[in-house]
Amino acid sequence: MLWKQQMPLVLCFVFGLFALVAYFSPSLDELNRDYVINWTLVIFGFSMALGIYSLLRSHFTKVAKQTPGWLYNLVALIGYFTMVYVGFVHGIESDSVFQYFFVTIQVPVQSTMFSILAFYIASAAFRAFRVRTLEATLLLVAAVIVMLGQVPLSAQIPYLTEAKDWVMNVPNLAAKRGIWIGIGLGMISTALKIVLGIERTYLGGGRGK
Amino acid sequence: MNSIIAHRQSPNRTMHGAISGFVLLTILLLNAGLFSAAAQTNPQNVVPQFTAVDRPLDSGHALDLAWEAPAEDPTAPNVAGYRLYRADQADGPFEAIREELFPPTDGTFQDRHDKHIGGHKVEAGHTYYYRLAAVTEDGQEYLSPTVACIPKASLFNPTKTTPLIAVLLYVVILVSMIQLARRGRELFIRRLAGIDALDEAVGRATEMGKPVLYLCGMLDLGEVSTIAAINILSGVAKKVGQYQSRLLMPCRDPMVMTVSQEVVKEAYMSIGRPEAFQADDIFYTTYDQFPYVASVDGIMFRERPATNIYMGYYYAESLILAETGAMSGAIQIAGTDAITQLPFFVVACDYTIIGEELYAASAYISRDPKLVGSIKGQDYMKFVLAMCLILGIVCAMILHYAPEASFFQAFLDFF
Repeated sequence: MLWKQQMPLVLCFVFGLFALVAYFSPSLDELNRDYVINWTLVIFGFSMALGIYSLLRSHFTKVAKQTPGWLYNLVALIGYFTMVYVGFVHGIESDSVFQYFFVTIQVPVQSTMFSILAFYIASAAFRAFRVRTLEATLLLVAAVIVMLGQVPLSAQIPYLTEAKDWVMNVPNLAAKRGIWIGIGLGMISTALKIVLGIERTYLGGGRGK
Repeated sequence: MNSIIAHRQSPNRTMHGAISGFVLLTILLLNAGLFSAAAQTNPQNVVPQFTAVDRPLDSGHALDLAWEAPAEDPTAPNVAGYRLYRADQADGPFEAIREELFPPTDGTFQDRHDKHIGGHKVEAGHTYYYRLAAVTEDGQEYLSPTVACIPKASLFNPTKTTPLIAVLLYVVILVSMIQLARRGRELFIRRLAGIDALDEAVGRATEMGKPVLYLCGMLDLGEVSTIAAINILSGVAKKVGQYQSRLLMPCRDPMVMTVSQEVVKEAYMSIGRPEAFQADDIFYTTYDQFPYVASVDGIMFRERPATNIYMGYYYAESLILAETGAMSGAIQIAGTDAITQLPFFVVACDYTIIGEELYAASAYISRDPKLVGSIKGQDYMKFVLAMCLILGIVCAMILHYAPEASFFQAFLDFF
């Protein structure tokens, strides 16, 4: 109980309070940025070992049991060990095999995933802009104004650019700021609950006393 | 400097005198060492005006140096650039801060502390002495007078007085509401449709014999939104355990994975079903953004989860995830404080928890009086901020018509 509940709570209180005070003190803020935040990088380094263990275990299990689609798991494992091998044995310089694999396989695949977004935006827009209710109609009108206002053609249509700017700067910005204020208060509230030990779910345990 | 003065007097002499003077001048120059690279005293027409001041509101590890190049003088030697020297004592030794020259124009330089071992030091409370040398094209250096400066550490940033007052007020309101809740006062919080739908969503997964997919966002454990997502995870895991369904959780961050495993394990234990916990169902995939998306999309099509729950912070991948989930036929509940991604979730998901609701959801699920009290405190603080905004608008309007009303200006300046 001491190591799983009380010690994390004490550490959380001390470092949470320190971070709060550091925000208002330039001297402590630098200390916070230079040391305390850097510790998270060290912890991340160790936690990555857990991640790799989890990744390999998950794929090895599926390959060993030959679950449906196990060939994909095998491909993932081959890819992982190939990159580890070429990285450690041949280095990761700009003209290395590691970089060649990264630039010619990983980067295009990532770009492909990102480019799918364009098609999904089209399908999502189609679903959102169907005129079914008053709200959906208003959304459609606002979207048409903003989309047309963003393209060069808008200069040829009187008042369109002004209408687009008004939509973006008045109702849109007002709504955004309202959400921002709520998010800011929610963040402070959650942070305080954690620092004061009222919220302990992240420890895997129950609520505070 | 003597040599330059002598050179300026020479035009009025006769030819004989000029030759004698030239010989004398050459001897003087050689004696003065002008042809060597040794530093000389500063003529006003070459050396810039040089100042060094403590950088305000910092930790005492930086000094601001600035110089103004002198007006152009055709008689002055051509300056190739400026070199900055620093010493720990007034009488030196002065060492160049950097080898390359600064351009021979007005300029600034921030002398900063390098925290690395053996790095350039700027310590609070220590006096540093600076000289700026104008370096001519032939390598001659003309030094400015020595300027001394002491870096000072600021313990408090006065520009953050207003946020400090606001935070203290907020703490007082929060603690008061939590105390009220502890004493048993019933506090009302409005319904959150997205959280109310959890029962239906998890129940559907059980009926279909399919898992529930839960994502904690794209940020690490140091972000409040991720912690909020983990807080909600606890309530979701209890429901999944009660309905005897299965929870799948591909993680982008190994720390989030480890904490999530603990949270789910504890949740299952708290409902008396510790055997339902499967550590392999909460697993790490990859830290890269789009490979993670590819991995999750693959799970959506292979495992066909009946319910997808996206909590936490998301970037461009939000729509790819949510659209793929919609195509797979799952009920989808999203909750994020990423304003730019909210429209995508609203369009592609059945329920969306917007902004602050993400932070309130944990209290809503648990109904813990202390957490509900903190939500109430949040509402009261929002009311205070709204009042401040209205007062600010009124003050700005009054100032528009009566600019001499200094009280209202002071009120606005406070914020």
